[in-house]
Amino acid sequence: MTTVIPNGLADRQKLSYIAAQAADARLNVELETEGMTLNIGPQHPATHGTLRIIVRLDGEQVIWAEPGAGYMHRGYEKLTEVRTFPQVTALVNRIDWLGSFANEVPFILAAEKLMEVEAPPRAQWIRTILFELSRIANVSLFLGDLGVQLGAITPVFMAFRDREYVLNLIESATGGRFHPNFDRIGGLKEDLPAGWITETKQVMKKLRNFCDEIENLLFGNEIFQSRLRGIGVIPGEVAKQYGLSGANLRASGVDWDLRRDQKIALAYDKVDFKVWTHPDGDSFARCWIRLQETREATKIVDQLLDGIPSGSVMAKVPRIIKVPEGEAWVSTENPLGEMGYYVVSKGDLGPFRVKIRSASFNNISIVPWVLRGVYVPDVISILASLYFILGDIDR
Amino acid sequence: MSDTPALVHDTRREGVVSALRAALGEGLIDSLIKPNDDMWVRVSAETWQQAGRVLRDTVGCDYFCFLSAIDWMPSPYGRGEDDPTEPQPERDSTIKQGYTGGATRMQVFARVTNLTHHFGVTIKADVADTEPCVDSWISVYAGANWHERECHEMFGIDFKGHPDLRNMYLPTDFEGYPLRKDFPLLARMVKPWPGIVDVELLPGDDADEPTADGES
Repeated sequence: MTTVIPNGLADRQKLSYIAAQAADARLNVELETEGMTLNIGPQHPATHGTLRIIVRLDGEQVIWAEPGAGYMHRGYEKLTEVRTFPQVTALVNRIDWLGSFANEVPFILAAEKLMEVEAPPRAQWIRTILFELSRIANVSLFLGDLGVQLGAITPVFMAFRDREYVLNLIESATGGRFHPNFDRIGGLKEDLPAGWITETKQVMKKLRNFCDEIENLLFGNEIFQSRLRGIGVIPGEVAKQYGLSGANLRASGVDWDLRRDQKIALAYDKVDFKVWTHPDGDSFARCWIRLQETREATKIVDQLLDGIPSGSVMAKVPRIIKVPEGEAWVSTENPLGEMGYYVVSKGDLGPFRVKIRSASFNNISIVPWVLRGVYVPDVISILASLYFILGDIDR
Repeated sequence: MSDTPALVHDTRREGVVSALRAALGEGLIDSLIKPNDDMWVRVSAETWQQAGRVLRDTVGCDYFCFLSAIDWMPSPYGRGEDDPTEPQPERDSTIKQGYTGGATRMQVFARVTNLTHHFGVTIKADVADTEPCVDSWISVYAGANWHERECHEMFGIDFKGHPDLRNMYLPTDFEGYPLRKDFPLLARMVKPWPGIVDVELLPGDDADEPTADGES
């Protein structure tokens, strides 16, 4: 186990600022050198898909960076306007494809809020369990992928191995490995299959072992630490201004978690869990928070499994769903951060307008700020630690 | 406790409205509070940026959530379920705005959150029908940068003071604003949508009657 001692944060911020200033000065005044423009992506392993980062370099140092998103824009906000409410879940499943179930929940909750329907307690508990399982599936892959970005091949195999257990659980409960489309307005499609609870408990043990392995293998590693510590520091104030959320915000010392800090029709108030924060705000802090959160999520699942209430998983809702006129905003703490839907209904079969607020869009918009003054190899590690899913940026 | 239910007061959210009223005066046009749940305010386009600053500094909503726009005009294409071979049916085109009302076809709206006291504010502003334009929020919330770019591209709303309103998603020479309601969804124009029949009614079913087994 590693212990994290916050040290010299102010110094590091200052250094990166001075470095950026110095790069500008060198380029423009003293040497009258010409910089070089480097294009990273759209097809680069570090971009998890097709994000393009254009950086302007002075030697090894980035003086200006601009992410180019939009290679995967699918226009979901427009498409929701021509779908019925139950059909929208199939679309939003594909926003953050590693934690699909978590995308459905806030939309369904927003529709339920407008209809003034509440899912039965059993459905709320199972929703919360599946929500946390998708978090584990998502973030465990991040932990493995993090190794690859920094040149370590082994962790990713471990991540794929252990994520498979979680995906099997999701599949046996919902029928879909990646796109469950399982959440319904008023509850869930089906109840849990027999033996699922025992199975899940065993898998949670395996996942905790996985977290320990990763912690020993990666987080205790000297090279890993020197690649991430003090790199890409984002102060809490800046993080809030850019709307960073999830682990990225908590790694900057802001204690904000929508699972704990809002009243929502999920079972989070029934469990005891810790919201981890880290004062450093650097790449290491962001990765460390995610590791702790994966472990915390397995504990949440364990607690919830012990207390699932009995009863139906579906409230009484009409067969054809018409959502009353109104506007509702619901957001939840998704694996990547705050994911929310602003749903406007006009009493029709489908939504009038849906604004999808996805976490990665805001998380990546800070890239031009945070990449200023860093060195080229750190670009990759900062991008990896910010953790984004392309579908979540482009929607 | 009295027998009659007391009026629910939400002092925190009412405080937000009075702070905005004190700073903006006539600029605050309307507000709506759902006690202990959520709140909406509408300000004039001229005070849009100032309202953001008040929310950040006075109200303490320093967390920027999102910024976007709504086109309140009902789509002339309905829900894209017309048969492309038939002439288009007549549709109601009355513009009716949502919470806190409005006077124009398009509104910008944004949401900011107070992380200390755990509440959010949705703020709206009318934008003119011709040459829609508001002040940029970048100087207030740096994160508004990309949201304004997206909004400019999708709705054609101009943000005064934004340094770089390049397209994020669409080709540079793209014409039209895809999220406006009068922009047709071409995939639906050329081929009838197979998902029109979402739930087939069983014989003897009444559409509005709740059924015991829910929607499945």
